[in-house]
Amino acid sequence: MLTKRIIPCLDVMEGRVVKGMNFVNLVDAGDPVVNAKAYEKQLADELCFLDITASHEQRRTILNVIEGVAREVFMPLTAGGGIRGLQDIRDVLLAGADKVTINTAAIERPEIVREASDMFGSQCICIAIDAKRSGSGFEVYTYGGRKPTGVEAIGWAKKVEELGAGEILLTSMDRDGTKIGYDIPLTRAISEAVNIPVIASGGVGTLEHLYEGLVDGKADAVLAASIFHYREFTVMEAKEYLRGRGVAVRL
Amino acid sequence: MIAIVDYGMGNLRSVTNAFARLGASIVVTREKRVIEEARAIVLPGVGAFGKCMENLRGFDLLDVLREQTSKGKPYLGICLGLQMLFESSEEAPGVEGLGLVKGCVKRFKNDVKVPHMGWNQVEQCAAPQIFKGISQGEYFYFVHSFYAAPAEDVIASRTDYGSPFASSIERGNIFACQFHPEKSQKVGLRLLQNFVNLCA
Repeated sequence: MLTKRIIPCLDVMEGRVVKGMNFVNLVDAGDPVVNAKAYEKQLADELCFLDITASHEQRRTILNVIEGVAREVFMPLTAGGGIRGLQDIRDVLLAGADKVTINTAAIERPEIVREASDMFGSQCICIAIDAKRSGSGFEVYTYGGRKPTGVEAIGWAKKVEELGAGEILLTSMDRDGTKIGYDIPLTRAISEAVNIPVIASGGVGTLEHLYEGLVDGKADAVLAASIFHYREFTVMEAKEYLRGRGVAVRL
Repeated sequence: MIAIVDYGMGNLRSVTNAFARLGASIVVTREKRVIEEARAIVLPGVGAFGKCMENLRGFDLLDVLREQTSKGKPYLGICLGLQMLFESSEEAPGVEGLGLVKGCVKRFKNDVKVPHMGWNQVEQCAAPQIFKGISQGEYFYFVHSFYAAPAEDVIASRTDYGSPFASSIERGNIFACQFHPEKSQKVGLRLLQNFVNLCA
């Protein structure tokens, strides 16, 4: 049966992995290829590279990162951060990524979702939704969580599905960095609202949180950064734990 | 030399990277002569059925693909490279496929999430050569919304998504898989190595 995916996320700045460089015995801990290989060995199901490079001039470096990683590891790669238009998408895919995540550009011009999925296929267009609780609902934020948009998250998820998105990467801004667990009601609401896969993100601190995201939140995949980066757990340990609790994972 | 057919549908890099890793001698081409001279053909596939067929036709590759595979040249189709072997697809009504295998391509029903995305198990039907050294029920990476429904006895493996579908097919020199071996880590590389060995 189709297994639930565990996706480590690597923050990349100017071509280097900048968060969590604690893999033991790594010669060069900030080298994206070295990190990717370590995760591949742990049976990570996909890898997500988030470009947090501030200046536009240095954006070329994420392409070099993807190219280098794609030559060495043979697994699905997603790249995101700063994707503004069709040319950015094309560049990232040609470098070897299988999917791109788009947030701000999609909110500002939703038609890009349709154009991109028509041109490159739905399967490679993953819409990132950064959502924050607001009254009784959830509001979408852009520009790395800095800008409120007034757009309601569940309706937006349905809209991007209709426009041709193949997947949703859902991050709870309230939970991001807190390590107290995913926002389960948010995750579940989005996952039930659409018929495309949903990746839960934001708030993981324990392995039980992964279980909750997949089972209670009904997510198809879970994304985590710090618990893997700082070697609190390996991907393998996470999968063994999930399998022990009856979740289908690839081991 | 293995010809990886580039028919303008974007990314072939993952496939070429994987063959390069195996040390196979490859050429990325859309030239008839090169395809004729190659000892095997790989047809990767990303995108939509209609557009892919349109491009194959546009580059005048339909006849050479049909001729060469009918002559017995080893053929590996990946994802859309499997679907295009069939006669038609629900994705593009009215568009003819290569028609090398009888049957059509259908869309998953909405009782499952579409696309079928992630790692799923491949249950081998007999013991096809291409799966040599690969365990029964091994996981491969899938990402697709349509699947092939063969009307002849060609199914090499099945995978369960809502209900079982043909995750790979084999008939003589033709092998094609719906999953992506080039993205399926060690086990995927093993399958590609088996293909390389078969065309030696």
